[in-house]
Amino acid sequence: MLPWEFSLAWSGACLLAIVLYLRGLRQRRRRGEATGAGRVLAYLLGVATIYGVTQTHYDYLAQYMFFTHRAQHLVLHHAGPFLIALAAPLPVLADGLPIRIRHFSGWRPIARLLRPVYRTLQHPLIAPVLFVGLIYFWLVPEVHFDAMLSTDLYQVMNWSMALDGLLFWWLILDRRTPQQGGLGYGKRIAILLAVIPPQIVLGAYIVFSKNVIFDVYEVCGRAWPLDPLTDQLLGGLLTWVPATMMSAIGVLIILSFLFRDARKEDAADVSHATP
Amino acid sequence: MRRCIMALFVTLWIAGCSDPDWQTKDISGLMPSLAFELIDENGNTVSADQFLGKTTLLFFGFTHCPDVCPTTLSRLDAATQRMDETARDEIQVLFVSVDPRRDDAETLDSYTDAFGPQFVGLTGDKAALDKLTRRYRVTYGYGEEDSEGNYDVSHSSAVFAFNAQGEARLLIRDSDPMEAVVADLERLTGEA
Repeated sequence: MLPWEFSLAWSGACLLAIVLYLRGLRQRRRRGEATGAGRVLAYLLGVATIYGVTQTHYDYLAQYMFFTHRAQHLVLHHAGPFLIALAAPLPVLADGLPIRIRHFSGWRPIARLLRPVYRTLQHPLIAPVLFVGLIYFWLVPEVHFDAMLSTDLYQVMNWSMALDGLLFWWLILDRRTPQQGGLGYGKRIAILLAVIPPQIVLGAYIVFSKNVIFDVYEVCGRAWPLDPLTDQLLGGLLTWVPATMMSAIGVLIILSFLFRDARKEDAADVSHATP
Repeated sequence: MRRCIMALFVTLWIAGCSDPDWQTKDISGLMPSLAFELIDENGNTVSADQFLGKTTLLFFGFTHCPDVCPTTLSRLDAATQRMDETARDEIQVLFVSVDPRRDDAETLDSYTDAFGPQFVGLTGDKAALDKLTRRYRVTYGYGEEDSEGNYDVSHSSAVFAFNAQGEARLLIRDSDPMEAVVADLERLTGEA
């Protein structure tokens, strides 16, 4: 459980995420508002997995083996943020903020400043490009090499994956209906499907490569003696299969949102029809 | 945040256009300068400061190593042989054994002597080795022992090159061609 390389940023962010959430839950319980156990579990699990891959001894393995590194990014970019976004924790987190911070008058200008940036990043055409682009970027052999050598670049890499993962799944799993300002369900499904082929191509390229593409693990030594091509094959599979499976799960969840909305509409129609 | 991004851009920019002439991997700014406290071939505790003033090549291995270590060390020896004489004297190779259980001072001494006078064998306890390997983001691990007590050791295959001031400059891979290594080493020793 203890960090391999302690990072105030990772530990602090995870701790803050948990403390705020628990405070929020308590506030809501006092007000008599219930928060689904499933959501609480998804959120805590999401934060815990992110802590697990960045601040435990697992981080050591992720630095010295390709496939464990791919698994780390699978959590940072896909699974962890997916679980967090699925829990839609924003109202709970807001409730968890100390009153003085919640009523801080500076929020409005800050929000106004950040909105254009956020809008751009969450544009339905830009978000998937960013999502896939980052995976590709950090796997450019030269870039990957430098990122694995330099402690600073390594941190930039992992943070960029986690933040982009949060943005992406936040957009996709937004609980707001399209009428409430959420992205249209068709567009969400289109984005989820659009990110599949490039990930398959990349994963397959790595899996079927006969040469070692990422020699940094050779250069720096592996966590334990493992055949480089086996390591690469496993890493490619992780980039390929579970990563694209997440899209499929995403589509199923969007469909459930769609049915939920349709049911609500039906219920509303029925209640209107019977005066 | 903005400062971080600026710093990143500047780093990438500098990295992008700094010295395209290096033929091996330029690691200036990517890795920290030379620092360690280890035990040398005579059993004495030595620190990195004692090795400043010359171009230093750092390599991790173990004397029972069947292939990578002897190949790399003889390649380095061949490379230094091809440099001109003054440059040759300005270079030292530190061979750090990550297998202190089998590599005592004596073993290291006879091992490095076989390669040449510019080779210095070093090792240390687990804590010292862990600190040093972690600093250069390399690792090592031990395979399972066979019936005769032999075991494999996984280690880095890279050679890290530091200038006379101990700053990290180059990373030499075993795939780098000999001409590239010789040219870069000559240039690096010439910088001092």
